[in-house]
Amino acid sequence: MRAIKKYLIDNLGIICALAGMILFLYLWPATHATFLTQTNIFNVLRQSSTNLMLACGMTMVIILGGIDLSVGSIIAMSGVLGAATVVWGGMPEILGILVALLSGLIFGLFNGLVIALTSIPPFIVTLASMNIAKGIAYVYSGGRPIRCMTNAWKFLGAGYVGSIPTPVITMTIVFVAAILILNRTRTGRHIYAVGGNNTAAKFSGINTAKVKFFVYSFSGLMAGLAGITIASRLYSGTCTSGDGAEMDAIAAVVVGGTSMAGGSGKLGGTLIGVLIIGILNNGLNLMGVNSDWQYIIKGAVILLAVYVDFLRSTKKAK
Amino acid sequence: MSEYLLEMRNINKSFPGVKALQNVDFQLKSGEVHALLGENGAGKSTLIKVLGGIYNAEQGEIFINGSQVTIKNVSDARSNGISIIHQELVLVPHMTVAENIFLGREISGKFGIEGNKMRRESQKMLDRFDLGIDAGELVGNLSIAQQQMVEIVKAISFNCKILVMDEPTSSISDREVKALFDIMRNLTAQGVGIIYISHKMSELNEVCDRVTVLRDGTYVGTRVVKETPREELIHMMVGRELSSYYVRDHVENTETILKCEHIDDNRKTKKRVNDVSFEIHKGEIVGFAGLVGAGRSETMECIFGLTPNFTGDIILDGQKLNIKTPVDAMNAGIAMVPEDRKLDGLYLVQSVSFNSTIEVLREFIKNLRVNHNREREITQEFIDKMHTKTPSLEQTVGNLSGGNQQKVMIGRWLATNPKILILDEPTRGVDVGAKVEIYEIMNDLTKQGVSIIMISSELPEIINMSDRVYVMYEGRLTGCINWQNLSQEAIMKLATQEN
Repeated sequence: MRAIKKYLIDNLGIICALAGMILFLYLWPATHATFLTQTNIFNVLRQSSTNLMLACGMTMVIILGGIDLSVGSIIAMSGVLGAATVVWGGMPEILGILVALLSGLIFGLFNGLVIALTSIPPFIVTLASMNIAKGIAYVYSGGRPIRCMTNAWKFLGAGYVGSIPTPVITMTIVFVAAILILNRTRTGRHIYAVGGNNTAAKFSGINTAKVKFFVYSFSGLMAGLAGITIASRLYSGTCTSGDGAEMDAIAAVVVGGTSMAGGSGKLGGTLIGVLIIGILNNGLNLMGVNSDWQYIIKGAVILLAVYVDFLRSTKKAK
Repeated sequence: MSEYLLEMRNINKSFPGVKALQNVDFQLKSGEVHALLGENGAGKSTLIKVLGGIYNAEQGEIFINGSQVTIKNVSDARSNGISIIHQELVLVPHMTVAENIFLGREISGKFGIEGNKMRRESQKMLDRFDLGIDAGELVGNLSIAQQQMVEIVKAISFNCKILVMDEPTSSISDREVKALFDIMRNLTAQGVGIIYISHKMSELNEVCDRVTVLRDGTYVGTRVVKETPREELIHMMVGRELSSYYVRDHVENTETILKCEHIDDNRKTKKRVNDVSFEIHKGEIVGFAGLVGAGRSETMECIFGLTPNFTGDIILDGQKLNIKTPVDAMNAGIAMVPEDRKLDGLYLVQSVSFNSTIEVLREFIKNLRVNHNREREITQEFIDKMHTKTPSLEQTVGNLSGGNQQKVMIGRWLATNPKILILDEPTRGVDVGAKVEIYEIMNDLTKQGVSIIMISSELPEIINMSDRVYVMYEGRLTGCINWQNLSQEAIMKLATQEN
């Protein structure tokens, strides 16, 4: 009970924003009939699912004081590699999924290794791997989508378990796992410690390299999972999928109240951040807003959400 | 012309839940150095921030040269000739000295900013104090002390009449302190009034004319420094008799617990640890003295596993240790509280509880279960043991006072049950009351059998707390003195190798 109360108070600003958006879309005549239907709710969740997966990894990365720009490209690469394994290699779907996950994990391991062992800034390291991953996707597919239409392939992104879309289930599992890691393990505390004060963490006997290695690997794995989920939903591995996905994930994390300076932040906030961005996209579509305009509105809403949070935190500090 | 350059009357300022200042009076004469004393939380910073226009007082009047002024913001303060040098340096390291001095009011002519002119002007100001600093140098390349000088020059360049210095000597060496004091005298001779905030009582006699003491947001009194004994000032600050300032029951001839032989950092450049051998006995406080850069902290970093390539033998309790990482040192029973707690020690954005338990997570996080009760228990235990003053276990550490931050740091390491506790500058930036408490805790710990290695640049602290003192000079041990023979002269002789 106390935990729930604390959660509500900590995230008051963004919860109000979320509730306001929901209320608005429910009352707005053009969206009243469609917005709160089961189909549309699952629609929102399905569209948000991959962003939440990325955002779980990204929250850890940002708490660690870093950034992971490569996740969007990893989505394209892992989708292409997974689909190619099945379509061109004639392998079973499960192997395609594993290849996709593995390719994401390998890129995460690579990011983590370089960031842990050198002092090259994460921004640069992941900028490089972002380009490499994108390049692999293009080179491997020749720039064309690799279509895969089998039912087993569709299950992960477009299928259902009972009446619930599969990606919603995947997203829930991932979210719970991430919460457990961050809040209930020593590694979780160490992530906060390294992000809060790297030198202090070293003095505390924390293996900072190991922590960084773990976090970036996790983020890479999440990108691989998101990649295969999207490829399944689109029935194809496409080298343009995941374009800009890293920015949506970063936006969700920041809107959720995690500081870009590192050392603090909560996954609970990230969840709301993901929902805000998901509902925003969905609502603008339902309202028939031109997609060019959607960018501008999205940007403004992100800035507003972060600004409200900024006001709250400066008030608290006084 | 009024008697006072600055007069603050009946200043009141409160924050939610706290009356930070209550009817505080303060007077500054022109040409004097006026110390502002008080424990952390006494209201010194608040008073200074009111003067500097960062806070607005609810009540009270400020007079400069006898005429009343209103200071609503920083630029009001500046136009009234008030300059403040904050404790944390606020220079831009990637810019030159001249650019920093003229930051925000660059001289620009027809063709944009006139870099050369700014540089010449700055150099003139620097040379006035004979500082030997080049105005074209990047600030990041200067030593902390030199940066401090640049701050002062910057402050004076605003044509200031009233200069506030908040703990300017907390991070510079004795020699540099002397240069700083020379500059201060130079300024007062020109009629500037200086308000000086410091925790170091020894500096008062040297540089200050009068002193005003605040306690719990109220005005306690103003004295002439030369006529006031130190005990009286301390009494005014803490409001109670302190039994004695330093608390130490010396021990002698106990068994050897730690033996370090031929410790060497094996660095090709900037070698700081050169064949250092020493031993620590059970229940001892062993001081390490020396100038800044003598290699004291670096020696301890070797022993604590922070220097990867060091060589030498570390023998604890008769067993030779193989220390490669801090974890090895911790497992063996060695704990180290680093010199700069903000930079190297604390997680400022996190809670007291997070900071207290980060070394001992094992005790309450198991198999995806966090035992919050146990976490609170551990935190509370060390808050009690260290007499840490914090409103709650969830308080953000960055908001605690320096003394309480240090107590959280020490408490964190006590949670690991160390045999050897290394304290690097344990009372830097800590107020008097908390200092005495830290000394008491150190004394108690040694009675429980813990041995303490204390690195300190404050000689009185070294002399009064240590059972033995090792002195280092340029990476080498130059001597060891027993407590009966300790004196400033004996230590300085070994620390400077001047005869």
